[in-house]
Amino acid sequence: MLEARVTPRRLRFTDERIEMSHGAGGKASRRLVEGLIAPAFANPVLATLSDAATFLINGTRVATSADGYVVKPLRFPGGSIGELAVNGTVNDLAVSGARASALMASFILEAGLPADVLRAEVEAMAAAAQRAGVPIVGGDTKVVEHGMCDGIYISTFGIGAVDERLVLDPQTVRPGDKVLLSGPIGDHGITILLARGELELEAELRSDTRSVWPFVECLLATCPAGLRWMRDPTRGGVATALNELARECGLGIVLREEDIPLRREVRGACEVLGLDPLHIANEGQVLAIVAAGDAQRALEAFRSVPGGAEARLIGDVRAEGAGTVIGLTPYGGTRAIDMLVGDPLPRIC
Amino acid sequence: MSLKYVDEFRDPSLIATVANEIKRSIDPERHYRIMEVCGGHTHAIYRHGLRDILPENVELVHGPGCPVCVLPTGRVDDGLAIASQPNVVLACFGDMMRVPGTKGTPLELRARGADIRMVYSPLDALKLAQENPDTHVCFFAIGFETTAPSTALTVLRARELGIGNFSVFSNHVTIVPAMRAILDSPGMRLDGFIGPGHVSSIIGCRPFEFVAQRYGKPVVVAGFEPLDVLESILMVLRQLRAREATVENQYRRIVPWQGNAAALRALAAAFELRPYFEWRGLGFISQSALKLKSAFAEWDAEARFAVPGVRVTDPRAAQCGEILKGVLKPPQCKLFGKECNPEHPVGALMVSSEGACAAHYRYARLDEAVHA
Repeated sequence: MLEARVTPRRLRFTDERIEMSHGAGGKASRRLVEGLIAPAFANPVLATLSDAATFLINGTRVATSADGYVVKPLRFPGGSIGELAVNGTVNDLAVSGARASALMASFILEAGLPADVLRAEVEAMAAAAQRAGVPIVGGDTKVVEHGMCDGIYISTFGIGAVDERLVLDPQTVRPGDKVLLSGPIGDHGITILLARGELELEAELRSDTRSVWPFVECLLATCPAGLRWMRDPTRGGVATALNELARECGLGIVLREEDIPLRREVRGACEVLGLDPLHIANEGQVLAIVAAGDAQRALEAFRSVPGGAEARLIGDVRAEGAGTVIGLTPYGGTRAIDMLVGDPLPRIC
Repeated sequence: MSLKYVDEFRDPSLIATVANEIKRSIDPERHYRIMEVCGGHTHAIYRHGLRDILPENVELVHGPGCPVCVLPTGRVDDGLAIASQPNVVLACFGDMMRVPGTKGTPLELRARGADIRMVYSPLDALKLAQENPDTHVCFFAIGFETTAPSTALTVLRARELGIGNFSVFSNHVTIVPAMRAILDSPGMRLDGFIGPGHVSSIIGCRPFEFVAQRYGKPVVVAGFEPLDVLESILMVLRQLRAREATVENQYRRIVPWQGNAAALRALAAAFELRPYFEWRGLGFISQSALKLKSAFAEWDAEARFAVPGVRVTDPRAAQCGEILKGVLKPPQCKLFGKECNPEHPVGALMVSSEGACAAHYRYARLDEAVHA
């Protein structure tokens, strides 16, 4: 087993009210979970605070994950709330090393919602589940009064067995390891932002929502021993996911900014709106830390997956700058890359 | 993946060339202090890691050109008092949403039930008023001459369309009096200025001539890409080496020397100078802010609503004023990164990404770690 981990300082929650920023996936969300919610349920499985909880049932290591979806608008280029609800939970399991075996879905519906809208989302869920190869085996429905929710909220729960060969733990990350990213960042978050139509900006852009299991599966086939850690960088983006890792493993992470894949449209929108693409949500990307010796093979494996042609190695793990993420600019400068603070964006997942 | 008007100004080889030129232009024995007046420049300098490229004896001092940073707490309170009135929607720029007033930020007040909306332009706020004729929409106007013309045009439009359920709470300020206040402050040790590119696209370059003529300091009006900023620094350094002091325009692709006549006409039509206005950290500065002319009283929130108008002093430990004037660097403030951080800003310099403290916190806090 692994050596005992040094528990990072736990965040305290002193805010008087819940604000939108507590749901944005950045620092405030982390504080809410670590400071207010987790202490009440305290147990060793929860203590890891990963995207999925893993534990043993009769000797089998299983991963479970639950996630709620409140995206607005319900449909957007490249996907919809139903598709997100399936892929999101499948992905939380995937980056924990588990292929989803079954999903459950819970719907909160607003009175007055056209049945066709719900039908379309249920069908989108069925199609996404079929693509991911996972059955939706149960669930729940509730209806609230008109005006009490935005049409549809969906929660999904998933379960799967963790690949036995894997030991995914921030404590296994070593200086010299490489940061691998499956493709261009920010497509989902910017697509949603533009789909809301409030900015009078237009771009040919689609959400990247998809199951990332094929990426995980090919890493498992290629270099299971060199795979240290994975995450699907959703709310809070790549910056937040890597800051959480840096904090948990007590090492520094250095990103080469020019190596981070980014579509022109996303870059342009971020320039105009003053956003950092590293803070923008993704719904179909995998961020992985792999041993240096396996990095090239892992990269080639990612690129062999359909939709993975733009995968890149974007940075390194270092002993220096413990607990921080640093960007190297193309001009030889450096900047600190922090977690997302606050919520400049509308709800996006 | 190239972006027009962006990538040309981020070309690493050109940037390296200018950086070398800067090294050649300086006297290694001399220390240079150059103030970038505009928060947009502060942000660009940190975002692109430009300080790492500059020689150690070229020091950049962050100036007052960050609208939310210089807005005194009392004015935030006044805006939030308007938002607390029944049947009122307060529309703000996103930057404003996390600026703390005495009783919390606009975001916090919204969580408690006030109707505060984020807009991207004052015209969006006017549209909100048209779409909600039964409510009153008040636009919390902030910014320098960059944003003031769009507020002016919106008020002119409101009058033209006869929209009565709309008003503007004007906190617009002008940059030149603030620069003069800094130049007149006793601790001032600046060698030159990177002039504000966006403001200058409206007012032109001539208003800065007094800096060169009366105070003998070079001003170079600059763009916001890495190459723009470095070239402007080089232009300032060259003037210093030649012992000259003039106003130069590096940002010619955007800034006409005479400014934007149409925008200036709109400003003159809607606004007049206030006798004085309080700036956070800098105190009261005469003729430094804009209020709506009396002909537009119907759309002036200060005429329509009773606001507390109470002056609120900053927490004593916060040293926002010294930082705004360039006397202290952000980490030299006792609260920096401790009580005052981007999540819980004590001083407004920590709120906006253009604020010197927030920029320093986000991008440079780890210098020691990186260069150790």
